[in-house]
Amino acid sequence: MKNPQLNADGELTHLLSIEGLPKRNLVQILDTAESFIGVAEREVKKVPILKGKTVCNLFLENSTRTRTTFEIAAKRLSADVLSLNVATSSQSKGETILDTVDNLIAMNADMFVVRHNESGAAHFIASHVPKHIHVINAGDGRHSHPTQGLLDVFTIRKFKPELHNLRIAIIGDVLHSRVARSEIHALSTLGVPEIRVIAPKTLLPVDVEKLGVHVYHDINEGLKDVDVVMMLRLQNERMSGALLPSQQEYFKTYGLTQERLNLAKSDAIVLHPGPMNRGVEIESVVADGAQSVILPQVTYGIGVRMAVMAMLGGGKA
Amino acid sequence: MRNIHIKNGHVIDPKNKIDAITDVFVSDGKILALGDAPASFKADETIDATGLIVCPGLVDLSARLREPGDEYKATLVSELHAAVAGGITSLSCPPDTDPVLDEPGLVEMLKHRTKQLKLAKVYPLGALTTQLKGQTLSEMSQLAAAGCVGFSQANIAINDTQVLWRAMQYAATFDFTLFLSAEEPFLAKGGVAHDGEVATRLGLKGIPSAAEALALASILRIAQETNATIHITRISTAESVEMIRDAKKQGLKVTCDVAANQLHLTEHDIGFFNSHCHLKPPLRTERDKTALCMGLKDGTIDAICSDHAPVDDDAKLVPFAQAEVGATGLELLLPLTLKWAEQNKVPLSSALSLITENSAAILSITAGDLTIGNPADICLFNADEYWEISTSTITSMGKNTPFLGLELAGKVKSTIALGDIVFTAQ
Repeated sequence: MKNPQLNADGELTHLLSIEGLPKRNLVQILDTAESFIGVAEREVKKVPILKGKTVCNLFLENSTRTRTTFEIAAKRLSADVLSLNVATSSQSKGETILDTVDNLIAMNADMFVVRHNESGAAHFIASHVPKHIHVINAGDGRHSHPTQGLLDVFTIRKFKPELHNLRIAIIGDVLHSRVARSEIHALSTLGVPEIRVIAPKTLLPVDVEKLGVHVYHDINEGLKDVDVVMMLRLQNERMSGALLPSQQEYFKTYGLTQERLNLAKSDAIVLHPGPMNRGVEIESVVADGAQSVILPQVTYGIGVRMAVMAMLGGGKA
Repeated sequence: MRNIHIKNGHVIDPKNKIDAITDVFVSDGKILALGDAPASFKADETIDATGLIVCPGLVDLSARLREPGDEYKATLVSELHAAVAGGITSLSCPPDTDPVLDEPGLVEMLKHRTKQLKLAKVYPLGALTTQLKGQTLSEMSQLAAAGCVGFSQANIAINDTQVLWRAMQYAATFDFTLFLSAEEPFLAKGGVAHDGEVATRLGLKGIPSAAEALALASILRIAQETNATIHITRISTAESVEMIRDAKKQGLKVTCDVAANQLHLTEHDIGFFNSHCHLKPPLRTERDKTALCMGLKDGTIDAICSDHAPVDDDAKLVPFAQAEVGATGLELLLPLTLKWAEQNKVPLSSALSLITENSAAILSITAGDLTIGNPADICLFNADEYWEISTSTITSMGKNTPFLGLELAGKVKSTIALGDIVFTAQ
């Protein structure tokens, strides 16, 4: 089956998911991101790569952080940025998503950054736009959040460059997590030999092993000797009900405390895609501790998003 | 009415065990003779069927016509034209129209309107419970008198097992057949794809196979207690095949069918969120598909249905989970049946019995055979001619099918309903 995000020459034309992206494309994005990190440290934080282009942030699901970082990334590339908010958009008046997109294309949008609560929404939009329009998935349902996956591996690569020697644990609600899926695909494509997922059975999807991960239900066992700990956010609405009995019980059984983190390698790093629930999935001591790379993740996120936008919209990078 | 002479065709009538090159004579809307022309017969029209299969008009167990209520998706006129274009001359339709088919007056109107169209005959399934709500039994006797051949809940489950039990008891009183789909609604809630590898990868909410097994177990157990006659529509799992095999061995009055799509597609065909593959029940695994194909071959599964559900383009032009469930099927029933027969080395006659005599028997209607004196419903097709499935070759208003763009063998050339030629291929 044709990969809808690559053109005939194998170059990226949309970024929809990490799955199916060859290693060379991933490495190219990461290397390009590296060159953009420096831009933020200059006095004039801008490069003209997307000058004259219009990037449209189409967020049909609430988000502050991701939208903001995409906005900053686009502006640093000198693009004009249009941010559409779900609450005020015509979607709430019953317009279909395709109509919204068509209208924005008629207003000469060049690139769409799409977030949607349904899996496959970005693929759907990408399959209906004209060839010169690029789509970046900023999170679709439970399916994929490729720039998050990329910024996570970028961060890991920064601190632990030897990816092929790492043991990595992902902890939390894998079932509902597009971040986890993206991370798993990115890490395995880049050659990480051991990826573990740690969660109760209610928060793991069927056949998750087929994604190439080892399953642990006991966090103490799962954390043993890992180099990287990747936390997932637990959505409020999932904290009590048929999936989990309560916040407290979750924290007691799966919360990342310093004591548990000590089971990992002494130089292990901790990532979290944010926003964090302190005291639910992670203890503050850990979140703010020396092993946490949660804030660098945010900074790198801008560089990674600049790289993706530049590669899609700016001709050859 | 005209006298028709169908000449030199390969006549296959599974019920009467006819499988030979011969002639068929139609007069006064009925099958007059096979073989030699009766002495006084004078043909008004002669069809040269050389190289074609001549078989009973096909009988479909599940076709949504969308009228009344959803005429923007399809109409009686459009879909009955599609039926005869697919060689189907009798079909049964589920009661989930708007309004729901739970009043005798609605059934009479549907029967009357479709009869006037003189295309395929429509055999409605009445709602088993009022408004399909699963609470109050519908007026089954009166609905049957108005023309319902059985009762169904369409895709809506009865949550209350006591109601299901009473419904079966009541139906058994009058020997009515219940057409039930098996899906436990709580386990299936919100699900849009088989709960397996593909759903996990794509982040789609799954419907576990256990949802079908649980519902089927309840239905079979209650059928055993009540001695009701039940037909399970559109089974989708290997486990269901086993359960029905056992139930038949135990002597339950149970039959079942499979949707034609399920014989050829699996969860993997969803690919990158192809909304044409958003079906109910969901496409399952390769193992399930194989078990369904084998179950059909060994007779555990009694029939193949089109599961025709025309959907307008806009309802599919949304992300996968939001896309409306269903695929157009009337014109694909024959080609997909032939494809299954070829892949599984099943003789043509046996394959055709699954969409003619067997489905007619399940509906208890006089159709699906070429018995002398029976209504002349006949399908003439070329088994070897390939045609492309495309929006322009499909007659139905619903152009939605996972097979769009593919070529399938089995082209209907002519369809005769009640002795009239109602379809001729261009």
